[in-house]
Amino acid sequence: MIVASKKPIEEIIQSVQGSKRLLIVGCNECVTVCEAGGKKEVGILASALRMYFMNQGKEMTIDEVTLERQCDKEYLEEIKHMVPNYDTILSLACGVGVQFMAEMYKDKPVLPGVNTTFMGATLERGVWGERCAGCGQCILAKTAAVCPVARCAKRLFNGPCGGSTKGKCEINPNTDCAWQLIIDRLKALGRLDDYDELMPIKDWSKDRAGGPRIVVREDIRL
Amino acid sequence: MNQDIELKTPSKLEKILKLGHMAVTSECGPPRGSDADLIKKKAEIIKDYVDAINITDNQTSVTRLCSLASCIHLKLMGLEPILQMVVRDRNRIALQSDILGAASFDIHNILCLSGDHQSFGDNPTAQNVFDIDSMQLIQTVRHMRDEGKFLGGDNIIRPPKMFVGAAANPFADPFEIRARRLAKKVKAGAEFIQTQCIYNVPKFKEWMKQVRDMGVHEKVFILAGVTPLKSAGMAKYMKNKVPGMDVPDEIVKRISGVPKEKQAEEGIKICIETIQELKEVEGVRGFHIMAIEWEEKVPEIVKGAGLYPRPKV
Repeated sequence: MIVASKKPIEEIIQSVQGSKRLLIVGCNECVTVCEAGGKKEVGILASALRMYFMNQGKEMTIDEVTLERQCDKEYLEEIKHMVPNYDTILSLACGVGVQFMAEMYKDKPVLPGVNTTFMGATLERGVWGERCAGCGQCILAKTAAVCPVARCAKRLFNGPCGGSTKGKCEINPNTDCAWQLIIDRLKALGRLDDYDELMPIKDWSKDRAGGPRIVVREDIRL
Repeated sequence: MNQDIELKTPSKLEKILKLGHMAVTSECGPPRGSDADLIKKKAEIIKDYVDAINITDNQTSVTRLCSLASCIHLKLMGLEPILQMVVRDRNRIALQSDILGAASFDIHNILCLSGDHQSFGDNPTAQNVFDIDSMQLIQTVRHMRDEGKFLGGDNIIRPPKMFVGAAANPFADPFEIRARRLAKKVKAGAEFIQTQCIYNVPKFKEWMKQVRDMGVHEKVFILAGVTPLKSAGMAKYMKNKVPGMDVPDEIVKRISGVPKEKQAEEGIKICIETIQELKEVEGVRGFHIMAIEWEEKVPEIVKGAGLYPRPKV
């Protein structure tokens, strides 16, 4: 999933200062799972903002809605009839949702309510970890299904740097060394010899480096 | 001594090693400013006691005068610089370009490194590059030198003639692949190796045995890295705070066991003893003395270790 975290309330208050009619829009997908922008978080944020602005003596209408997704037009269209009633939309979806909302409602200010962080998984209740960097050319087959692009702080392709200590990364003792994980798994798979193979220089043109990316599937286009 | 040697580059370091001498290198860290005299003074202190001088490349990610310009200053003094180059700050375009820049001043040695992560330095909010890794930088320099081509395939007019080095840390984890990792660097094209500072001599010997068992010591010149300890405080700091550094308790105890004003002297003694012991290890072909901001002690260490005078080649 796309993992996001809630923006500090102070930052949100600052960004919606000028609004008189605010619509907070949640998303039922990733941000619900990582508890940053689902229905529950929309409700909590709306209450907090109402309370804040009431205390400030400012009149402000704050309404809530949560969509199935914000990265598909048909779901965004569901609020077409509501949008004209508001001067600002605060989207708690990931950066994709915020932008797609803005693309659909061109004359409406759309603000982000979360910091979109990475593609990851739930490690335990309340903890999410990065697993994929979307580099566009998956090398997991060669690295025992542990990604050095996403999980090595130096995205090294040919083994651990000199700072790998007791399985942890030199930059953070809470972060696993990706190459320790790769070596451990290669060993478990009886494939440690794979380590000896030099990894070719990567083609980053499939990555963000190649400019904004688009995927086209001619066979399924309408 | 076999005088009939095949040299790939005009590097003095390559020649010394291939003639069978124990090589001695040391390093100078560039200043945090543009005063070239600071680097020249450091080089002046050590020049007669070493064969080549590494110039660090924004070590620990702290911004400094660049390695390339510092190397040029040394070259203009008639010395033999080793250009340290990290892949943290430059993509393959900038790396190749800087290699050519160095080659245009006839800088004949390069040490290919990943670089410390920027979070340790003075710009922890910086982006990092890591377009290629240190092994791929080794491959890149060898490709430019041996094929006379850029990574993109075009011909290079006057290709760089550089003796290519890499670092090895025998003490980092996972230990079991540390010798294999060295072998991989050699496969990538590394011709000399400078190791992490050695305090844990038994562990280094264990690593060297693995290296010899793979026959890698015959394919690469390994220079054992040493750093004299200035004080018990430094020993403790290295032990506890520097990732990938292995300072055994006995060393900390030994230096802590002498009065404060004698600790620096003890540190030099330990360093010289380490060199003496490592000289006997098969496959060790020289020493890399990293006297961090303590260059004035290099002559004493080199003499004390019986590595002076340096060969004239």
